[in-house]
Amino acid sequence: MPHPLAGSSSEEAVGGDSTPSPDLLMARSFGDKDLILPNGGTPAGTSSPASSSSLLNRLQLDDDIDGETRDLFVIVDDPKKHVCTMETYITYRITTKSTRVEFDLPEYSVRRRYQDFDWLRSKLEESQPTHLIPPLPEKFVVKGVVDRFSEEFVETRRKALDKFLKRITDHPVLSFNEHFNVFLTAKDLNAYKKQGIALLTRMGESVKHVTGGYKLRTRPLEFAAIGDYLDTFALKLGTIDRIAQRIIKEEIEYLVELREYGPVYSTWSALEGELAEPLEGVSACIGNCSTALEELTDDMTEDFLPVLREYILYSDSMKSVLKKRDQVQAEYEAKLEAVALRKEDRPKVPADVEKCQDRMECFNADLKADMERWQNNKRQDFRQLLMGMADKNIQYYEKCLMAWESIIPLLQEKQEANGFQLVFIPWWSL
Amino acid sequence: MEQAPRDPERQLQPAPLEPLGCPDAGLGAAVGKEAAGAGEEDSGVDTMTHNNFWLKKIEISVSEAEKRTGRNAMNMQETYTAYLIETRSVEHTDGQSVLTDSLWRRYSEFELLRNYLLVYYPHIVVPPLPEKRAEFVWHKLSADNMDPDFVERRRIGLENFLLRIASHPILCRDKIFYLFLTQEGNWKETVNETGFQLKADSRLKALNATFRVKNPDKRFTDLKHYSDELQSVISHLLRVRARVADRLYGVYKVHGNYGRVFSEWSAIEKEMGDGLQSAGHHMDVYASSIDDILEDEEHYADQLKEYLFYAEALRAVCRKHELMQYDLEMAAQDLASKKQQCEELATGTVRTFSLKGMTTKLFGQETPEQREARIKVLEEQINEGEQQLKSKNLEGREFVKNAWADIKLCSHADQYVQKGNSSLDQC
Repeated sequence: MPHPLAGSSSEEAVGGDSTPSPDLLMARSFGDKDLILPNGGTPAGTSSPASSSSLLNRLQLDDDIDGETRDLFVIVDDPKKHVCTMETYITYRITTKSTRVEFDLPEYSVRRRYQDFDWLRSKLEESQPTHLIPPLPEKFVVKGVVDRFSEEFVETRRKALDKFLKRITDHPVLSFNEHFNVFLTAKDLNAYKKQGIALLTRMGESVKHVTGGYKLRTRPLEFAAIGDYLDTFALKLGTIDRIAQRIIKEEIEYLVELREYGPVYSTWSALEGELAEPLEGVSACIGNCSTALEELTDDMTEDFLPVLREYILYSDSMKSVLKKRDQVQAEYEAKLEAVALRKEDRPKVPADVEKCQDRMECFNADLKADMERWQNNKRQDFRQLLMGMADKNIQYYEKCLMAWESIIPLLQEKQEANGFQLVFIPWWSL
Repeated sequence: MEQAPRDPERQLQPAPLEPLGCPDAGLGAAVGKEAAGAGEEDSGVDTMTHNNFWLKKIEISVSEAEKRTGRNAMNMQETYTAYLIETRSVEHTDGQSVLTDSLWRRYSEFELLRNYLLVYYPHIVVPPLPEKRAEFVWHKLSADNMDPDFVERRRIGLENFLLRIASHPILCRDKIFYLFLTQEGNWKETVNETGFQLKADSRLKALNATFRVKNPDKRFTDLKHYSDELQSVISHLLRVRARVADRLYGVYKVHGNYGRVFSEWSAIEKEMGDGLQSAGHHMDVYASSIDDILEDEEHYADQLKEYLFYAEALRAVCRKHELMQYDLEMAAQDLASKKQQCEELATGTVRTFSLKGMTTKLFGQETPEQREARIKVLEEQINEGEQQLKSKNLEGREFVKNAWADIKLCSHADQYVQKGNSSLDQC
């Protein structure tokens, strides 16, 4: 069966942020679920065919998750601006296709705005506290600095929201969450929100009642390691974000100078006779390089920086989950100690201590599984990100190279015509 | 005054072979004369004199640069760079080259040579020197005259300078130039003894002439405008290029910061570690690659500067033309008024109001003898004036002809230099 999203907009194909599984690069036959190129061909205007990351972008794999074939597909697209008396905002179309029994219809199409996503995320945190919930793109935007309705901003946000939903879709537990289902299907989400239905899972209910105030003595080694890792990871990403911003700033300043540089050759060419054409050629060449540079800085701003920030937010929310886990363990250990001191109920362990132990062990298991999944996805995401960055830079240099190579014949023929043997511009003649 | 006044005409003799103002001396004739002269000379293989210097193929190179310390005019310690100039003659028969002269010169001596040539050959577009101080620098380091890259580029520029003079049909035969290449000691004194500084035109005089001249040759006026505009656009180009280079440097160097952070990140990763480490290393390589790139670009900037300096030299020739033309016009004007005075005296008519006329009316006419005497003086002056005018006219025309020929030559001069510093056939 052809990929259900094959007919979707090419944005999806190019953005390509569907979460690839760790099996992505293994040579493996997929049976009747073959590697299919969406839209049946090379999307126009994308990166050079030779780069492998672009290939990754274009392939939509039907990957097996936990041995089951995929049966839920979600895509975010078609941003639209709504102007009302009170406010102006953007909605995005969410299209869902699924064969799961939890969905009444095989296909749904709804419109959601950012605050709906925000609501969904807090509901997920509430109801699935033992799991790592993916981050949303930043909520607040300083008005006046960034145009909330500019094409670039909206597109960047759309990609992030799409990624958010796909990560949930790929999660074996979160994707079955009731709130998520409603989010994808309900015609009137606001009515549902108002109902205030707290559909907590057993764990959610359980964790909700964990009293704070218990201090954990020592974090178990493996979770301490995760905590340390996340600390350093977020730190390094923060540094990379700062460096990337600085590079973009320097590139923009370089661009400003280039835009002044090119036209001077045109001015010069107006003074000359035979040299006019080559000089004009140089001017045009520099103009092309300027345009290529502008495309590079735009790409870096729109594709590279947001992903870094997303992962920093992700790390932060993960650290909160770790702390919650600590609390659960702390409560269990405290209660256990209290029982040990009481000596009365031995050897029978009281029910509530048992509940605490149960809670802790589930939490640990969920968290460990999520961490592993997260590590795999992180590897894929960063592979794609860094290779994309490399590709964009390569493309930039290729464009510049092409521009300069195209005027070399022009310069050379001028040289031969005048019998000169200079390397660059022939000597001016009156 | 330290020096006794010297006869300017005589001073012209030792330097160029043909004095200015010689009516039949055109370039073609000059070359022919030389060639004819060559046949008569005894070109002994081992004796290199001024006359047969150019009969052999000559190779000139500025091969080395060396840092020196010495005492300057104010007896203070200074550090400067000296350049080794080697001259080789190449035998026709076997193509072997023999080192004939080698001496060290510093930049100020090159400058002195050029200033001398500017004064004695005002109709020639004298090849430019590389810049005295680094201008249009994009990086503070490049402004240092002792920087090895700067010294190397200067060495190339000085070599080109000498080669261009050597390949110029007129300049190459200058004795002072010959001595520059061959006589290490006392050369400075020899140049100064020519008294060329006294012959230089004052800037003020030249400026005055530029404004007041009425009929300059249109070709020179057009040329002047062209060289002004060229200087302006190339200066602009060099300034912006420097800024572009500075910004590009910034872009590359900031990428270097990635090197360290990727390396640190790789330390906490298992599967990603190697890839990140490698990425960091490549960022370092990328960041350091800019130094060579920009150094290469400096050579391009040097070529642009050459255009700039040549435009300046061109401008100097135009200025000289305007000066000469102005002198000519002034002399003509002077002559015309003297002629008129003479006529008035001779015929006794006073066509225009004059003081003489007034005093005559008031105090009576002068005696015939007095009048005769005055007429005689005037006639002599007129004669002189006419002679002067004639010679100035001639000079002017000669200048225009030679200068124009030289400018045409300029367009092809670079062929000789760029073909490499190899044998220069005598012009």
